Amino acid sequence: MGDILSLFFESIFIENMIFAYFLGICAFFAVSKNMETSIGLGIAICFVLVITLPINYLLHKYVLKSGALIWLGEEFAAVDLSFLSLLIFIAVIASITQIVEMIIEKYAPALYTSLGIFLPLLACNCAIFAGSLFIQERNFPNIGHAFVYALGSGIGWLVAIVGLAAVRQKLTYSNIPAPLRGFGITFITVGLMAIGFMCFLGL
Amino acid sequence: MATRRSIFFNPLSKNNPITVQVLGICSALAVTVKLEPAIVMALSATVVVASCSVVISFLRNTIPLRVRFIVQLVVAAAMVTVVDMILKAFAYDVSKQLSVFVGLIVTNCILMGRLEAFALCNKPLDSFLDGLGNGLGYGIMLVIVAFFRELLGSGTLLGFQVIPQALYDAGYMNNGLMILPPMALITVACIMWIHRLKDKTLQEK
Repeated sequence: MGDILSLFFESIFIENMIFAYFLGICAFFAVSKNMETSIGLGIAICFVLVITLPINYLLHKYVLKSGALIWLGEEFAAVDLSFLSLLIFIAVIASITQIVEMIIEKYAPALYTSLGIFLPLLACNCAIFAGSLFIQERNFPNIGHAFVYALGSGIGWLVAIVGLAAVRQKLTYSNIPAPLRGFGITFITVGLMAIGFMCFLGL
Repeated sequence: MATRRSIFFNPLSKNNPITVQVLGICSALAVTVKLEPAIVMALSATVVVASCSVVISFLRNTIPLRVRFIVQLVVAAAMVTVVDMILKAFAYDVSKQLSVFVGLIVTNCILMGRLEAFALCNKPLDSFLDGLGNGLGYGIMLVIVAFFRELLGSGTLLGFQVIPQALYDAGYMNNGLMILPPMALITVACIMWIHRLKDKTLQEK
């Protein structure tokens, strides 16, 4: 239990997708101008991460890993499909985002109108794809760990984008040297926030 | 021919994918601690972007609009798998250092952005030049950032000691902060600052 709890907090604070690995940062910069849309995108990312990562974990464990097909029979024990993992992961992510989009459109129109535009774009968000690759690399013992890791990373992403959106709203009132305006100052802000997040390392 | 030339040269500076379009920064920041992985990453990304552009450009009239995302992603994933395997075979140490980031070229925004914006509506040769130019523009930034981070952070370049021992004896210290991830962002911001200082048309109001 403590194992899972520490994985959860580790993935939110210490291995924060944005501040430690810079994943999904393109969307992060493009969307963080406005508080409401950034909360929407953060929730959408959480949502898709929590759904796709466990699925990709199962695929990795029972289909792709070398020797994973042993449940089909002895003769499959030597099969190693790991070279297919990039293709399969990206296909799963792209199709899941499509399905999630359709389900939300049908059953929660209000949520759909607030997230709608971001959902299809999530298919090519690095954070989700990287989450799948990290899961493959770390070899979690069971699906619970994969789920907790997905939830933690999603929340970490949400925390980061909401924080940056708040800072950027204040930044519009300040007097910044002309060449640094826009992305320049945002990069520096994120850099400073990342240094701040490093203090969680000792947690 | 002037247009072909501008297709190739624009992304190198005036329309640089990292400092101007602000795409594909994820991997740019994570692999720039040392010069060597940055160069390898730059080359792999260039190869992938250029080859995917050509493939998508050949297919552009047959891809239904609604499923184009999935088609693009699958083409990209196939190319990246090839590059990844080549790296594992010929440069195993570097590919270990790059870990998941080679795989992440699939979701690199430069790749998707160029396929969406250019390769889907242009001829193969133009798309190839565009892909090549954007890949190199990305690569140049990667190499510049990695150069400063490795020089100031570890005092080496490509693994060779550059800063003389005498300086260390005189009390010079490596800047440990440069190796940490946040400094990548700040280095890129400084490059943007200088770039926009030179080229006033890029400044935002």
